[in-house]
Amino acid sequence: MLIPHPLLGPRDAQEFTYLGDASLIDRPDGMADGAEAAFCDYVYLRDNPAGVHRELWFHEFGDRSWLVVTRNTVTHEILGAELAADVARRGR
Amino acid sequence: MRFSGFRIIAEALTGQKGWRPLWRDPDPQPAYDIVIVGGGGHGLATAYYLATVFRQARIAVLEKGWLGSGNIGRNTTIIRSNYLLPGNEPFYEFSMKLWEGLEQELNFNAMVSQRGILNLCHTDAQRDAYRRRGNAMILAGADAELLGPDQVRAMYPFLNFGNARFPIKGGLLQRRAGTARHDGVAWGYARGADLRGVDLIQNCEVTGFRIEGGRVRGVETSRGYIAAGKVGVAVAGSSSRVMAQAGMRLPIESHALQAFVSEGLKRSIDGVITFGAGHFYISQSDKGGLVFGGDIDGYNSYAQRGNLPVIEDVAEGGMALMPALGRARVLRIWGGIMDMSMDGSPIIDRTSVEGLYLNAGWCYGGFKATPASGYAFAHLIATGTPHPTATAYRLDRFARGHLIDEKGAGAQPNLH
Repeated sequence: MLIPHPLLGPRDAQEFTYLGDASLIDRPDGMADGAEAAFCDYVYLRDNPAGVHRELWFHEFGDRSWLVVTRNTVTHEILGAELAADVARRGR
Repeated sequence: MRFSGFRIIAEALTGQKGWRPLWRDPDPQPAYDIVIVGGGGHGLATAYYLATVFRQARIAVLEKGWLGSGNIGRNTTIIRSNYLLPGNEPFYEFSMKLWEGLEQELNFNAMVSQRGILNLCHTDAQRDAYRRRGNAMILAGADAELLGPDQVRAMYPFLNFGNARFPIKGGLLQRRAGTARHDGVAWGYARGADLRGVDLIQNCEVTGFRIEGGRVRGVETSRGYIAAGKVGVAVAGSSSRVMAQAGMRLPIESHALQAFVSEGLKRSIDGVITFGAGHFYISQSDKGGLVFGGDIDGYNSYAQRGNLPVIEDVAEGGMALMPALGRARVLRIWGGIMDMSMDGSPIIDRTSVEGLYLNAGWCYGGFKATPASGYAFAHLIATGTPHPTATAYRLDRFARGHLIDEKGAGAQPNLH
């Protein structure tokens, strides 16, 4: 798989390590009411869709940036990639 | 129809004309007492034990494709009970004992072959860990032997003992472990269940659950609505998709695992060997093909195929362990979809919906568990209480913090 890095162009997926669902950007507020249940969901539960999936990849053997890659889990087709920092700043 | 030596001779003399299909192909009834979703190894074993041990009636197994079309026919056929943690080891040893009597029980040749599994160790620390694991196995009633390098060399002289980075310092041997004919297991359970009146309904995809007042009433399928008193879901690989129809999110990611087989070669590997310094394992099928595999691909996938980087990684592991492997040619590579759970251990439990039961999260170790998984799931569905060896496989263990993390990798499914 080639990941279209927004700064570096197409890079082999082997240069990256995979973390998981991009919803992991949205870390719950630890001081809020019900934080324990919110963190349990955050840490353990996943949508795990068959089809389009937004996910976090770390360019470990590259520029060490975090990307949000949009990918089809049924075909492995990569539909796009953007810097996770941009996604986090924008709010999902 | 029972199989016997006499029957085979009689059929050979009469032109093999007396064989009949091993199971019926019934249309679904409007209602059943128990519906099992998923006609793979675990689902078929569940139906079999429900009908035999637990004396339940009016059971159906619903399968989206054909029986045994998923991971039961895609794995590398290894059976073993060499786990460490108390939540796991008694369960897998129970499974090993069921394997040992399986063919007599089913009157079906599942080619269960107790050829032994040898986990190699390459450092002193790893040997200590294996000694601990071996003791845990013995405490749970399993067998384990710690071998030194000379004993390993006597068994497998062709391994790369002089590897500078990964010298072989010994290994943990479980002699009762081995291999089984994977789809023969599915067929044996299917035939056994069918003979006891279980309806095995193929090409019947579950498209929704009918839930009223917090209780499951039945399932919507591609072949119409089927009412059910209880529903058991055993669809590892697709658990998240199926349970999403009941409004549940699971502690599971689906990942692709690849497996490999070489051309047929003369007999050289008697048992199963695993490389301790990387993730690589190998055995030889009765046809002579070397069957091997390694890590999952590591990203969410429902594709039933993987990519080249992991193929390369597996080949490197194989070459580090057994340089002669470089002369063999790979015949086939295929992939299956694993339910990778958040702690690397499975789930056999009730759910928040009354009458809806879940059997999921088998990671890449579901095949060896097939008999015990079916038995324990049947126990849970029939009696309402978990089987004594499966009490730790609760769905709420993540929230309660009682994880069963053999590898200590944390909530990162692609590391288990």
